[in-house]
Amino acid sequence: MITVSYSSLKAIQDDIKKGHLSCVSLVKYYLQNIEDKSHLNVFLEVYKEEALKKAEEVDQKFRQGTYGKLAGLVVGLKDLLCYKDHRIQAGSKILEGFESQISGTAVERLIAEDAIIIGRQNCDEFGMGSSNENSPFGPTLNEIDNSRVPGGSSGASAVSVQADMCQVALGSDTGGSVRQPAAFCGIIGLKPTYSRISRHGLIAYASSFDTIGIFSKSIEDNALVLEVIAGKDEYDSTVSKKEVENYTGALNFDKKVKVAYLKETFESEGLNDNIKEKTLNTLNFLRAEGHQVEEITFPLIKYALPTYYILTTAEASSNLSRYDGVKYGYRSPNTEDLLSMYKKSRSEAFGSEVIRRIMLGTFVLSASYYDAYYTKAQKVRRLIKDKTQSILSDYDFIIMPTTPTTAFKIGERKNDPLEMYLADLFTVQASVSGIPAISVPNGTDPEGLPVGLQIMTNDFKESELFSFSKYILDNQ
Amino acid sequence: MKLEKNIRDKYIVVIGLEVHAQLQTESKIFAADATTFGDTPNTNISAITLGHPGTLPKFNRKALTYAIKMGLACNSEITRENIFDRKNYFYPDLPKGYQLTQDKTPICKGGYIKVKTRDNVEKQLTLHKIHLEEDAGKSLHLAGETDTLIDYNRAGVSLIEIVTEPVLRSSEEAGLFLAEVRKLVRYLEICDGNMEQGSLRCDANISVMLKDAAEYGEKVEIKNMNSIRNVQRAIEHEIERQIGAVEAGQQIISETRTFNADKGTTAGMRTKETLNDYRYFPDPDLSPVIVDETLLESIGREMPALPEALLEKFTAHYNLPEYDALFLTETKEMAAYFEAICKKQGHPKAVSNWMMGPVKSVLNENGWQITDFPIKAETMAALIQLVREGSVSFSAASQEIFPVLLENPDQTPLTIAENHNLIQQSDSNSIQPIIDEVIAQFPDKVKAYRHGKKGLIGMFMGEVMKKSKAKVDPKLTNELLRKTLG
Repeated sequence: MITVSYSSLKAIQDDIKKGHLSCVSLVKYYLQNIEDKSHLNVFLEVYKEEALKKAEEVDQKFRQGTYGKLAGLVVGLKDLLCYKDHRIQAGSKILEGFESQISGTAVERLIAEDAIIIGRQNCDEFGMGSSNENSPFGPTLNEIDNSRVPGGSSGASAVSVQADMCQVALGSDTGGSVRQPAAFCGIIGLKPTYSRISRHGLIAYASSFDTIGIFSKSIEDNALVLEVIAGKDEYDSTVSKKEVENYTGALNFDKKVKVAYLKETFESEGLNDNIKEKTLNTLNFLRAEGHQVEEITFPLIKYALPTYYILTTAEASSNLSRYDGVKYGYRSPNTEDLLSMYKKSRSEAFGSEVIRRIMLGTFVLSASYYDAYYTKAQKVRRLIKDKTQSILSDYDFIIMPTTPTTAFKIGERKNDPLEMYLADLFTVQASVSGIPAISVPNGTDPEGLPVGLQIMTNDFKESELFSFSKYILDNQ
Repeated sequence: MKLEKNIRDKYIVVIGLEVHAQLQTESKIFAADATTFGDTPNTNISAITLGHPGTLPKFNRKALTYAIKMGLACNSEITRENIFDRKNYFYPDLPKGYQLTQDKTPICKGGYIKVKTRDNVEKQLTLHKIHLEEDAGKSLHLAGETDTLIDYNRAGVSLIEIVTEPVLRSSEEAGLFLAEVRKLVRYLEICDGNMEQGSLRCDANISVMLKDAAEYGEKVEIKNMNSIRNVQRAIEHEIERQIGAVEAGQQIISETRTFNADKGTTAGMRTKETLNDYRYFPDPDLSPVIVDETLLESIGREMPALPEALLEKFTAHYNLPEYDALFLTETKEMAAYFEAICKKQGHPKAVSNWMMGPVKSVLNENGWQITDFPIKAETMAALIQLVREGSVSFSAASQEIFPVLLENPDQTPLTIAENHNLIQQSDSNSIQPIIDEVIAQFPDKVKAYRHGKKGLIGMFMGEVMKKSKAKVDPKLTNELLRKTLG
C-alpha cells in the first residue's frame, strides 16, 4: 500500500517499472483518498470503474513497453473541461443533466498519452469567483484549514492535488483562477501564455482571457503536461501555431538574469505583511545569488483590475447567452411563454455572482455606455499589455506575490464582491497582458497557511519560466 | 385607392435594399455540417452549430472566396483585415444567443450594380457594403399547435448581406436590382438565387419626401417578401400608404412592417424589435481573417465573364440586337450553349433565331433551364447548318426534325432528315421538271401572269411545294419559276 505521496510522475513511473507499484494500486490509493476526504467536497463525480479499467490497460502497456508519456499520471478535471460522453455543468445548475458530445483538445491529448482521468471537480460557477463558494454544490474546503477557502475558481482542482486525490489537475485561469488557489493550497499552478493551449472543449467565461492551467506538485510534472497539451489545433482559430518547446529537457538553470518587481505591488494597501516579507526575501536571495533585481514603477497597473472586470464581464454576458433553456440544460418548469421561459430558466439556474457579471457585462456593452467602458477598457488593456511587454524586454522576469493575503475564511467575503475581487489584484496583470505566469509555494505564514510567489515572463517563454521557478524552489 | 399622379409626383421615393444571399458552400460558415436545402430537420447539427458549451467557431474560407467574388463583380473595395462581430439577441432559432456577422469591417465596401430601366436609362445603383454572416435556424409554427418547433439545419449556413445606399427611386429599380443580383450570384455560382426557398431574401427600407425637402422622411422596413414581384408589390403599396398618410397630415412611424402577399398590403410588426440593442463587439473566438494579394489575384483569375461583358460581346462581336443578347446572356449556361453552337456554326443571328424561337418555346413548355435541354450544342449546330445550306427547309427542320431530336438526342439531324425524306432538292435539274409540270397544269394562270398578274407567283410556288412535298429549296425554286414564266 502507498503511504507517501509521489512528488512527480517520474517517481511513479520508476516505481512501476521496478515492480514496486501498479497503476491499479495507484488509482485505488487516490480513490481511497477521495473517499476519506470527501468532506472537502472536491469531486462532483468520480469515474471509479473507468479509471480502474484504464489503469489495468496502462499496466498492461507498461509490461509491453508501449506506454505513453503520461502513463501512470492520474488527472482530475475542473468542471469546465469537456470530456466526451461525460457530464459537465460548469459548476452551474443551468447545465443540469448535460452530457458533453466533445472532448477538449487538452483532455484528448492527455488521454492519448495514457493519462487516467479520475473525475470532475467542483469550481466557482463558470469560473467566476475566487473562493470556490459560488457553486450550487457547496464550497470546497482547504485541506490545511477546513474553515478556509481553497481559492477559486479552480479551488477544488487545487485541493485535489494538495490532498493527493490525483497527481495533476487541469483548471482554467481567466484572471488568476489557477494561480490564486495554487497559492492558497501550497502547490504549483501555471497559467501559460494566452493561446498556448487550445480552448476547444473549455467552457468559456471570457474568451480573450481564458486559458487552461495546470496544477502540480512538481515543476517537472507541470512542464511535461504542458508539453503534451499545448500547441496548434484546428478546432481553435485563436490558438498559437508556434512550435511547443521541449520544456522538460530544458529545466537546468545556470545563468544570471534580470528580475523586476513593481513598486506599486509592495505599496498595495491590502498586502499582508508576512507575504510582503517572504516575497522580499526571495528577491534578496536572488540578489545574493548575483542576479540583477530592480524596482520599477507601473502607475497604470491600478487600472488592471477594473479593466479585467469590464472586459471579462462583457465577454461573459455574451458567452453565457447560449444557456437559455431552449436546447439543453435547465428549463424552468414554471414558464408561460418564450420570454418567461428565458427569464425564469436563467434567473432560477444562474447563481448570484454569475447574474451580477452578466448584468455588468450587458451594461458595459450597451449602446449608451459602450465607448465609456468597453472601448476605453480595450485601450487600457492595450496600454497595460504594451507596458508589460516593454518591461519584459528589459527584464527576464517580474516577481510579485500571487495574492495579497493567504486563504481567507469561508463566508468572510461572500457578501462583499468588491473585497472578493481584490483576491485577483496581482494575478490579473498577466491575464490582461496574456503573458505566462506561475505560482510556486513560498513557505507558510505564522498560522501555517501557504504563501504563493508569482513569476511572470514574456509571451511563450514557458521554458524559462519553468527552469527559473525550479531553480528558486530547489535553492531558496 | 390609387393616388392621383399629380399628388404622387410631388414626392421623391427613397429605397434602400438589404439582400441576403445564402452561399452555396458545401459546409456551414463556422462548422463542417452540410448545408443541403430540404434535409430532414435537425440532421445537420453538430455541437458547434448547436452552440454546445466548449465549442468554438471554425471559419470556412470558401465563404470568404465567394463573398470576394461578389465584391469584385460589383467593383467594391475588398477589406484586407476582417473581424467578425457578435450581434447579441435572444431568439430560439439563434443557438449561441448571438449571430456572428461583420459589423465594422464588411468584406466589401462600396461598389455598384448597373441596371437599365424601361425608358432605356442606365443607372448605377451604389452599394453601401457586402458583409459575411451566419444564418439562423428556422422556427416552425404548425397549424393547431401552440408549441414552436425549431429546425437548426439552417443555423450557421453562410450568408452575404448586400446593402445598397438609399439610391433606388422606384419599385421598378428595386425589381431590376434584384434581378441583376440574382443573375450575378448565379453567374458567379455562389448562390442558387432561389427566392421561394429563401436562398435569396430581400428587406426593403422605404421613405418618401417632398421634392423640395432637405431631409429624408422616416423610413419603414418591409420584410417577408419571397419573390421579386412581391418586393415590387410591397414597395408600391408602401409608397401609396406613406404618401397617403403624409397627405392626410399623419406622421410616418419608423418601424418594421411585414408584407402580406395574399392581400398585397403591409402591416406593422411589434415595434419592440426595433428597440433591440444588439451590443455588437468583436468575437474573441475568431482571429482576424486576412485577405492578401495572392488570394485576391487567384480569385480574380477564377472570375467568369460577367453578364455585362457578355452582353457587350454578344452585341459587338456577334452583332446581335440587344433584345437577343439580353435573352442569351440571362444565364451563364445559356450564353455558353449559344457560344458552343456558334463555334460550330458561324452564323450567330441564325443561331440566335433558333434559340429565341423553337428552343425557347420548348424550355418554356417544359419549365426547363438550358441545362435541362437534351440536345447537344453540336447537334443543334448540325441542324441549323442543314437549313443554312438549303438541304432542309426551316419549317421541316423546326417542325419535324427538331421534335424527333428532342426525343432521340443521339441521332444526327441528317439521318432524321433522310429517314423522314425531308432532304430538299436544291439543284435546278430536279426542280425544273416539277415546275414544268405545274405550268402545264395551269395554262390560264400562266397567261394571266404573263399579262401582269405577278402576284400569282405565290400560287405557283405553293403548287410546286405541294408537288415536291416541300422538299425543294424555296429560294432556288422561286428563281427558276420566274425564269420559266418569263
